[in-house]
Amino acid sequence: MDAKDILGIPKNGLHSGLPIQEKKSKPPKESQRKPDGISREVYALTGGLAPLMPAVDVNQLKRKAKSDNEKITWQWLPFTNSARKDNLQLYHWVRVVNGIPPTGDYSFAKFNKSVDVIKYTDEEYEKYLTDPAWTKEETDQLFDLCERFDLRFIVIADRFPSEKTVEELKDRYYSVSRAIVIARAPSPGDVSGHPLVKEPYNVSQEIERKRALNLLLSHSKHQERRDVEVLAQAKRITEARKTIKASQESKLPVISDIGQLGADRITADAVGPSTNSQFPSSTVTNPASETASVMASLRMMRVYLRTYALEQMVQAASSSAGLRTIKRVEQTLQDLGVNLKPKVPTKAVCAEHLELRKEILTLLNLQKQLQYKEAEGSSHRDGSYTETPGTPPKQSQRAADLDRTFTPDSLSIGVEKFGKREQKRKGPGRSSDAPSSPAQSKRPRKFKSSD
Amino acid sequence: MAESEMPPQPQGANDSSALKPQRLKITRFSDDADKKMLSKRLKDVEICVPIVYGTIAFWLGRKATETQSHKWTVYVRGATNEDLGGVIKRVVFQLHPSFNNPVRVVESPPFELSECGWGEFEIAISLFFHNDVCEKQLDLYHHLKLYSEDDSGPQSTKKPVVKETYNEIVFPDPFEDFYARVQKHPAVIAPRLPVASNVPSEDLNEKKGDTKDHPMSQWFINFSEADELLKLAAARQQIL
Repeated sequence: MDAKDILGIPKNGLHSGLPIQEKKSKPPKESQRKPDGISREVYALTGGLAPLMPAVDVNQLKRKAKSDNEKITWQWLPFTNSARKDNLQLYHWVRVVNGIPPTGDYSFAKFNKSVDVIKYTDEEYEKYLTDPAWTKEETDQLFDLCERFDLRFIVIADRFPSEKTVEELKDRYYSVSRAIVIARAPSPGDVSGHPLVKEPYNVSQEIERKRALNLLLSHSKHQERRDVEVLAQAKRITEARKTIKASQESKLPVISDIGQLGADRITADAVGPSTNSQFPSSTVTNPASETASVMASLRMMRVYLRTYALEQMVQAASSSAGLRTIKRVEQTLQDLGVNLKPKVPTKAVCAEHLELRKEILTLLNLQKQLQYKEAEGSSHRDGSYTETPGTPPKQSQRAADLDRTFTPDSLSIGVEKFGKREQKRKGPGRSSDAPSSPAQSKRPRKFKSSD
Repeated sequence: MAESEMPPQPQGANDSSALKPQRLKITRFSDDADKKMLSKRLKDVEICVPIVYGTIAFWLGRKATETQSHKWTVYVRGATNEDLGGVIKRVVFQLHPSFNNPVRVVESPPFELSECGWGEFEIAISLFFHNDVCEKQLDLYHHLKLYSEDDSGPQSTKKPVVKETYNEIVFPDPFEDFYARVQKHPAVIAPRLPVASNVPSEDLNEKKGDTKDHPMSQWFINFSEADELLKLAAARQQIL
C-alpha cells in the first residue's frame, strides 16, 4: 500500500522506463500531481508543474476555443486616444474579427490617471492653512507643481525653487489637503474614512524610515555577516531561556538535563552575584534577569565544575559583543600576562577574572565609541585620539568603522555603566588610587573627553 | 579561604527571591523522587571541593621497550591532598581502547591508577559521588603527557613529566545531611551556617585516604590562589 493506492492512481506504467510518455497520455488533471520516481526537474520539463500565476487570462482561452469559425484579420487602422487632448491621429494594427473592427476607447487610455489636487481659496488659506514655515507663495507653487507632476514628489522637489526636502514638501501637501478636506466637510464624522484623514502623513517616521533604509543599503558584506551572527546569538539566548523557564515550570525530572543544555548556551553566573559585596561593580554589568536564569540553570545541574561556571559567565558578559571584540578582549588579557583560563580557578579567582574581562570590554567599548564620535564629528581632528594606549591606532580605527552600526541603545548603556562605576570607584578609593601609577591617572581623563 | 567565611545569605539575594517558589517545588519533587532517604536542600549554599587531577609519567630509561616506554599514574586528589573519600564514592578512568579493560574503576581513595605505555591520549575521568552528595556524575578530561613540551634536555628517569589541572567541584544547594557531614572536612569548602544539625560530623581521623604521604607527593604541583589573585589584581589596576 502506498500513496498511489490511497489516491486511487493505477500503479502500472509509472515506474517503467518511459515515465514522460506515460504522462502525456494522461488527462491534464492527473498531470497536476508529480508521480514518485520522477525527479522534479524532469517532471518540470513535461510542463506538469503549474505556474505560480496564470500567464494568460482563462476567459481568453475559453473564447478562443469556440471561435473556430471566426475569420480573423489584422488591419492597419487609425485610432484616437482619449488620454490625449491634442487629437493626434495615430495608426496601429488591430485584430478584426469577421470584418468588424473593435469599438471603444484605446485600451491603454485607462492607465492615464491623474490626481485631483485639492484647490483652496485665499480665504481658506488664511483661515486654515497658515504655517510659519511656509509662505502662501511657496504653498501655491507646491500645489501647482503637484498638479503638473501628479504628486511625483521627487520631481517636484527637484523643481521647487526654495530648499525643501521631499519630506517637507509631502508634509505640507498632505497637511494642507487634510485641513481642507476636514474644513469643507459638514461634520468631522463624514470624512473620518477619507484616506487623507484616516492615515495622515508622518514626517518623522518617514525621515527615520529613509535613514534606516539608507543605513541598511549601505551595509557592507562584513557588517551584514556580523549582524547575522548577533541575531543568531540572540536567538540562541532567548531559546535557552525559554527552555529553562519551561523546565522550571513543568518541574520534570529531566530538569537537570535541560538545565545543562540551557547553561551550555547561555551564560552562567554563580560567582558574580555572590561576590557583590566584594566587587560592587559586578551588579552594574550584570542584568539581574540574566544572572537569575544562569544561576537557576547552574543550580539545576546539582554539580558542576568551577571552570564551567566561569565559561558560562564569560559568555554572558560578552554576549553583547561581537566576535572581533571578544578576540580583542582576549588579546588584551594576553598582553596583560593573564591566562585566558585561570590556572587556579577558585571562586575568588574566577570572580576577579570575570571582572577583569568586563572591565576590558567596557574599556574597548568606550574606545570604540570615542573613535566613532570622533570620526563622526570631525574628520580632520582624528589621529589625536586614536592613539589609545595598548592599541595600535589603525586597528582601533578599523574597529570604529566596523561598529558604525552600533545601536544608540547599547552605546548609552555603555556610558551609563561607566558613569556608575566611575562614581563608585572615585568615592573612597580615589586618594589611594591616584598616585599609584601614571597609566591610571591618564585613563580616566581620556574617558571624560568622550562624554 | 575567602569564600568559606562569607555568609551564605547575600548570595544573589535579590535574584533568588523571584525564583523561590519554583525552586521550592523542585526541591520537594526531587526529595520525593529520592524517597525519604535524603533531607532538605540548603538553598543559596554551595559546597565546593577543590581538586587536582592529572598525570605523572616516568620514563623507563634502559628498561623501556617499544610498547612500554613510560610508567604513568593518573589520579584525582584533593587540592591540599586531603582525603576525597567523603565526597567521591568511585572514580572511573577510561583509557585508550588499546589497553586491556580500558574502563578502570577505583572504588576507594586514593583515586589513582598506574599503567605503562608509550603514547599520549585523552583520559576520561568520571567522578561518582556518595548518595547524599549528588546523584549525577561529573566528567573530567585529561590529556596524558609523557613527553615534556619545554624540551629541557633529554628525557630523564629521575624527573617525571607532571601535568595537573586544578578545578573545583561545586555542589549548589546541597542536601542538609551532606552539608552537616562534610562541614568541617578539610577537603571541602563549605560556608559556616547556623544550622543546628543532629548529624555528627565525620570522624576525620578514621580514614586514611589522603595523599599527604603519597610517594609521589614531591612532584605534586602546589596551586596557589594568592599568586593568581595578585596577577589579576595587577592586571585590573592597569585597566582602570
